[in-house]
Formats: sequence, structure tokens, C-alpha cells
Amino acid sequence: MAQIVVDRVRHIYRPPRGKPVPALEDVSLEVREREFLALLGPSGCGKSTLLYLIGGFLPVEGGGIAVDGKPVAAPGPDRGIVFQHFALFPWKTVRGNILYGLERQGMAPAERQRRAQQFIDLVGLRGFEDSFPSHLSGGMKQRAALARTLAFDPKILLMDEPFGALDAQTRHLMQTELLGIWRRTPKTVIFVTHDVQEAVYLADRVAVMSARPGRIKSIVDIKLDKDDPNVFKAKAFVDQVDAIWGLVKEEAIKAQGVHGAPTGRAS
Amino acid sequence: MKTLLRYAPLLILAIGWELVARLELVSNDALPPLTQVATAWLDLIRDGDLVPNGLASLWRGAAGLGLAIAIGGALGILMARWKAVNVIFGPLVEMFYPVPKSALIPVTVIWLGMGNGSKILLIALGCMIPVTIGAFNGARAAEQTLIWSARSMGADRLRTLWDVVMPSALPELLNGIRTALALAFILLVSSEFIAAQDGVGYLISSLGDDGNYASMYAVVLTVALCGFAADRLYQMFMQRMLIWRL
Repeated sequence: MAQIVVDRVRHIYRPPRGKPVPALEDVSLEVREREFLALLGPSGCGKSTLLYLIGGFLPVEGGGIAVDGKPVAAPGPDRGIVFQHFALFPWKTVRGNILYGLERQGMAPAERQRRAQQFIDLVGLRGFEDSFPSHLSGGMKQRAALARTLAFDPKILLMDEPFGALDAQTRHLMQTELLGIWRRTPKTVIFVTHDVQEAVYLADRVAVMSARPGRIKSIVDIKLDKDDPNVFKAKAFVDQVDAIWGLVKEEAIKAQGVHGAPTGRAS
Repeated sequence: MKTLLRYAPLLILAIGWELVARLELVSNDALPPLTQVATAWLDLIRDGDLVPNGLASLWRGAAGLGLAIAIGGALGILMARWKAVNVIFGPLVEMFYPVPKSALIPVTVIWLGMGNGSKILLIALGCMIPVTIGAFNGARAAEQTLIWSARSMGADRLRTLWDVVMPSALPELLNGIRTALALAFILLVSSEFIAAQDGVGYLISSLGDDGNYASMYAVVLTVALCGFAADRLYQMFMQRMLIWRL
């Protein structure tokens, strides 16, 4: 049985001013335990909204979402989240940030300290335990955020364009590390991105979403030898990226058309 | 050396003051020499006038400001996070904002008399405004993703208020409290001028009434120095609290 079941979910985005916009329409999706699923789509297609619904951060208004057979009603430590802009508590050090989740889980102080250090080491932040986030680079912040979430051991990892704010080199490094960590400590991952290469490289399956209102347009199984150091040049990789890019491009063009009519200017 | 240089203007002012008074460029009633003020200050300490009155004022100021911080801080944060609270209290805060708080001195005296109560109430009411506004603005700017992160780590709604919204609001809240601190001095002294039987404000006005100008200046200078020192100490405290922002 699938671990996460999204069943005909609809969602309407209500901006503070202006009229409501349908963000998601009849989205159905099943995610297996320990699967790495990428949610791919043009900006504004509602992929982050879907992630927030699964996280329990937004109320499910139409359709249903169940995790392990139980309907999602609120956020919970079975679903950890990593945000694009890190969402570290700026008033806490790296260690303090990681300790916070463990404290909320009711872990004993000595055990907390030991576990925090273990995950600081895991993401390579040894020596920066007592730094505040404002003193860290973007990549280090995201490592800290990842460590914070992994440390309290959620079964499901929700990632909202986690590497979108990083420079290209750091992003690539983080992708490889994430893949390594995921293989050592298998979790169910839902990874939101608009980067086709990233999706193909990381995921077992890529769910391509349509332009707003978001629907699941198709789900593609990725078959790839990720241990190949030249995986990005492998034919299988290039072909799958091309195929998925074809699916996304249509939607990206549609998304552009919705937001503004062509002006005739050369771009 | 650097500190000496920083306070050099004050030293020059003091010397200028002494000279102007000694040369009687203005009458000694209007401006007694600074040395005479210093002697008067020592007399006030020895006669037991300054310390008890100072302590009476300190208690009123601290109690009023303490109440303002506790109530205003909580109110501002709740207003920012719960619409219903904002609907009820928002207009009240807005209407009360431009009211000159010193206009309330007679009102608080009618309610609570000449003693501590009326001063504490006045300071609490007046100082609540900047604290509430600081807490409100700070709490409103609390990032949603931080709150969500805490929720996913197992914090309930009430817990996130304390663990996330409060620290997010802290920089603005602390700024509001700094304004309140200065306001507390103003309200304290002016309310003691008008209706009190002790306190530094009372001491200033009664010494002035008696024509005891050197002593009056001594108390005025003491209050000014205390205000300056309080603000400096507070700024140091603020820097410590916000060390993560540097």
C-alpha cells in the first residue's frame, strides 16, 4: 500500500486582495514508502501548495490526503520539511537549531547533544556548531536545515525547492550529498523543483504538473545508474531529461501565456 | 583617552556653566554656579532628601514600565497573531496613540489618589503604546516558514508563539521598550510635579517653590544623568539580546 495517498485534491488560493484562484484541481498521487519522488512543474503550478497540504500546513479543502492510512490534519514530526530559504531560527546557533526539534520530541538532554553532533558531522558542519545562521553561507545554511530535519528522524522528508537559492556548484554538491544521505538512511522524499536535471538525477519517479490550475500531467519512472560518475553525460540521463523537458515546456509556455499576452517585443 | 574625548563637550559645557555663573553674566538665581550645585547635591544626600525620594520614584517607574512591558508585549503579539484580538484592541490602541499622556495625570489622580497607584497607572498606560506597537510589528513580520518548521518539529500553536513569534518580534519589541523607557522618565517626573508627596519630581518642584535653586538644579541633573545611564545600560542589554543579528 502506498504510504502517502493524495486523492482528488483541490485547492483554491485566496490572495489577501483580488479574486480567488484555483491552484490545484483534482490532483491524485500515490507515493510509496522510501521512494524519492520529484514534483516538477512551472512556477505557479501549485507544486509547493501540494507539498504544504501534505505537510499539514494548509487545510485540505477538497479531496483527501492520507499518510499511513490516516488523514492529514496538522503538521507532525512524521513529516519533516526543508524550505528553499532554509527557515533556520536566526536567534539559535546551528546546534541550537538542531537541538530544538529533538527537545520538542522529548529526547533526554545527553542524548540530544550526542544526536545533534552526529548530524552536524553528517552534513559536514563540524566547527560551525556555535555559529549563528547569519554567519553562514547559503550552502551551509541549507546543510544546517537538512541536519535539523534529519535529526528528528521523520519518516517522510518534504523538500520545497531546497537548493533553488544556491549557486550552481553548491547546488550540485548538495544534490550528490542528499542522494548519498538518502541511500544511507532511506526515507520517503517528496522533492519540489522546477529543475528538470535535478529531478531526473535525484528521483525514482518524476511527477510533472500542469500549469495553473495544477494537475498531475504525467508520472515518469526514472531508470538511471546514479553511481556512474559521468551520469550527467550518459545517454539514458540526457534522453530522460529531454523527454521530461518536452512535457514541462508545454506547461511553461502555457504558464507564461496566462500571466501576460505576448507583447511582440524581442526578448 | 577615547572616552575622555567623547565626553569633552560635556566638560566644556560644565566649565562654561561655571564661568557664566561666576562672572554673573546671568543671575545666580537663574543659573547657580555648578560647584554650588554640587555642594547642594551633597547636602541633599546628607540630609536624606535625595535617596528616599529617588527610591520612591524608582519604584513607581519600574512598576509602571514593568506592567507596560508585560501587558503591552503580550497584547501586541496576540493582536498580530489573532484577528479577533486585533479587531477589539486595534482601534483602541490607535485612538489612544496620539493622546498626550500627561493629560491623563488628573484623571489617574481622581481614580487612584496622590500616591503610587496613580503614577504607576499613568506610566503603565503611556508606556504600553510603544511596547504594543513594537511587539505587534515584530510579531506580524514573523516568517511563516519558521512557524511551520517549529510545528513540524512537534511544537503546538501556543508553543510556536513563545518559541518563534516572540523571538521574531524581539528586535522591534526591544526598540519599543527603549522608547517606553524614555517616556517613563517623562511621565514619572511630570506626574510627580503635579500631584505627589514624594519622588524626584516632587522634590524638584518643592525646591523650586522654596527658591532653593542650586538644590533644584542638583536634582534635575541627577534625573538627567539617571535617564542617560538607563538608556546606555538598556542599549548594552539590547545588544546582548540581539547578538545573533550581528
